[in-house]
Amino acid sequence: MASNIYDNFVYSLTQWIHNGLYHMLPPVWALVVELTIIGLVFLIFYALVGLFLVYAERKVCAFMQNRIGPNRVGPYGIFQTIADFIKLLMKELVTIKNSDKLLFNLAPFIVIIASFMAIAAIPFAKGLHAIDFDIGILYVIAVSSLGVVGVLLAGWSSNNKYSLIGAMRSGAQIISYELSVGMSLLTIIILAGTMQFSELVAGQEYGWYIFKGHIPAFIAFVVFLIASTAETNRGPFDLAEAESELTAGFHTEYSGIKFAFFFLAEYMNMFIVASIAATVFLGGWMPFHVWGWTGFNQVMDYIPPSIWYIGKTGFVIFLMMLFKWTFPRLRIDQLLTLEWKYLLPINLFNILLMAFIVLMGWHF
Amino acid sequence: MKEVIHTPVPSVEEEEYHINMGPQHPSTHGVLRLVVTLQGEIVKKLKPHCGYIHRGMEKMCEKDTYPQIIHLTDRMDYLSAHINNHAVCLLVENALQIEVPERVKYIRTIMDELCRIQSHQLWWASFGMDLGGLTCFFYGLRDREKILDIWEESTGARFLQSYYTPGGLMWDIHPNFQKRTKEFLKYFRKKIKDYERILSGNVIFRERSRKIGLMTKEEAISYGVTGPSGRGSGFSCDVRKHHPYGLYDKVDFKEILYQQGDTLARYMVRMDEMYESMHIIDQLIDNIPQGDYSAKMKAVIKLPAGEYYQRVETARGDLGLYCISDGNKTPYRLKFRTPSFSNLSILDHISRDLKIADLVAIGGSLDLVIPDIDR
Repeated sequence: MASNIYDNFVYSLTQWIHNGLYHMLPPVWALVVELTIIGLVFLIFYALVGLFLVYAERKVCAFMQNRIGPNRVGPYGIFQTIADFIKLLMKELVTIKNSDKLLFNLAPFIVIIASFMAIAAIPFAKGLHAIDFDIGILYVIAVSSLGVVGVLLAGWSSNNKYSLIGAMRSGAQIISYELSVGMSLLTIIILAGTMQFSELVAGQEYGWYIFKGHIPAFIAFVVFLIASTAETNRGPFDLAEAESELTAGFHTEYSGIKFAFFFLAEYMNMFIVASIAATVFLGGWMPFHVWGWTGFNQVMDYIPPSIWYIGKTGFVIFLMMLFKWTFPRLRIDQLLTLEWKYLLPINLFNILLMAFIVLMGWHF
Repeated sequence: MKEVIHTPVPSVEEEEYHINMGPQHPSTHGVLRLVVTLQGEIVKKLKPHCGYIHRGMEKMCEKDTYPQIIHLTDRMDYLSAHINNHAVCLLVENALQIEVPERVKYIRTIMDELCRIQSHQLWWASFGMDLGGLTCFFYGLRDREKILDIWEESTGARFLQSYYTPGGLMWDIHPNFQKRTKEFLKYFRKKIKDYERILSGNVIFRERSRKIGLMTKEEAISYGVTGPSGRGSGFSCDVRKHHPYGLYDKVDFKEILYQQGDTLARYMVRMDEMYESMHIIDQLIDNIPQGDYSAKMKAVIKLPAGEYYQRVETARGDLGLYCISDGNKTPYRLKFRTPSFSNLSILDHISRDLKIADLVAIGGSLDLVIPDIDR
């Protein structure tokens, strides 16, 4: 482990808070306060990242479409999304006649809780994790796929045929693409021999897995990008919304803050899959190191790990935005054909290839 | 008691349900309402309900003089405003046997072709958007803006120009017109390559449009589908070739015909037509002769009693004007045979048993303009 000048910072900060709290309060209350702090930090982080991603997407798509994008509220329009969010907060919540009230109100929460839970396992820097499971990847995949329940409920309870079609499409899509996401990650797990995020990152100190695993790892990365774009319902796989066909798909009937929940969850899901891609394939917060180049490695270490993490995640997010604003949308049968006839066989073969390479020791 | 009028609802088979696409729907490009009978996601039946933007244009024409009618025709197919104007002017000129100056013919032909290009640009933009490629929309509108700027300078309006009058033009072109048009052609020849790259060459787009909405030549003829939509099925129906007006008998251009009859063929026809239109303008733009911009016309135009029919090729197809005059300054009856109305009629036939996403693609490929359907 390279001695990183930033390694101890997070640890000493959390230790300081931890010790301070246990010093002042009885253990039960200290635990409650700690959990509350963690929850609040994540809540604020979640909202801020969501708002920033909405802004980033608007700027990226404006850049691709010969436009300027938001530029009125604040410098370069950075407060535009905050203004929009305040507007959404104040909007009336329209209740739909003959809708299933309970499920209708529950759906946005399920969607947002699913993405909120997934964020907990992601390492942002050394030691900067809410929780470091030994089955981290499995947990993230399991939790993030809960969101489809919310989407299906939203479509079903809205009492709107457009919503229902959108929800059914979404169900078929997410359940199918889940396989490819899982299997492409499995390819790397074979190489790494662990499912724990911290160990995955540590294993990439000298060479990210996309380089270490060369051909199969690269194939897995491409498959993961395609499948995760589909899993987050983003274009060109945004069939669940498909505004030119289904007006707004499963969230047609939602207004105000409930709509904002869906909107925010969509962007956070993008952030989560980009984080996983960055962590599993591109080394997460680990700086770019080359074996033997001590001077170079030290220079790289001066860049804080969180910056590395944000840079890599941002790169993947940028790729996903480029997809959305370039390609036309697929049709539902083509979407399923792509998964079941192309991605899945490629993936299965790829796993065998990776297993073979690991067995023969042909990786770096 | 006043009886409530129910719109007839098509009969429902088991496991079928209806969806109202429109009158407010992103992909109908206006206030068209399609009652779609679906089975799951598969379109079983489709019934268009027209009339949401009906303005009684034909009836209004009965009390308007011929120069006034020109201003109404702008508002039918607003994307072919110049060409619609041209139809009324030709009707009057042919009825009165007026020979318009050569300069007028040149300018009208150039304007008509610019009109066709901008209409196809907007169609390309919205077709891309229908298929989910949102960036296309902005590319198309960006390039269309250049043509609108040229028009604004010469005709005084960007959208509904009413630039032609019986016998000539409202006023002469702006001195910059030729220069700017040539600049535009140079610019657009580069930009249309982007169109080809982002949509025509895209594998998703080709899979979405190939063998979707198949229309045979016989069907196109029997439903009266004209224009690029008909020519995508190999139906040679270009009025510019078969009944030339303006300078179309003198310039060299090809009638684009594709035999496949699917959505992709209709797309390719329009893309190639943009090249052909640019080719036509190339031949004319440097040779506009000097002279009057209008023939001498009487202050009050009266058509001799009788029946007249005039056809032009708009960006959407064959526009026919059938006029009965009783010798007054207003027509006794004027009937518009608009291309979009006939093109809409085949939508049910070609989109059956396809997915709802295909219906959107087919609707986009027919290039419907709703005010042109309803008049």
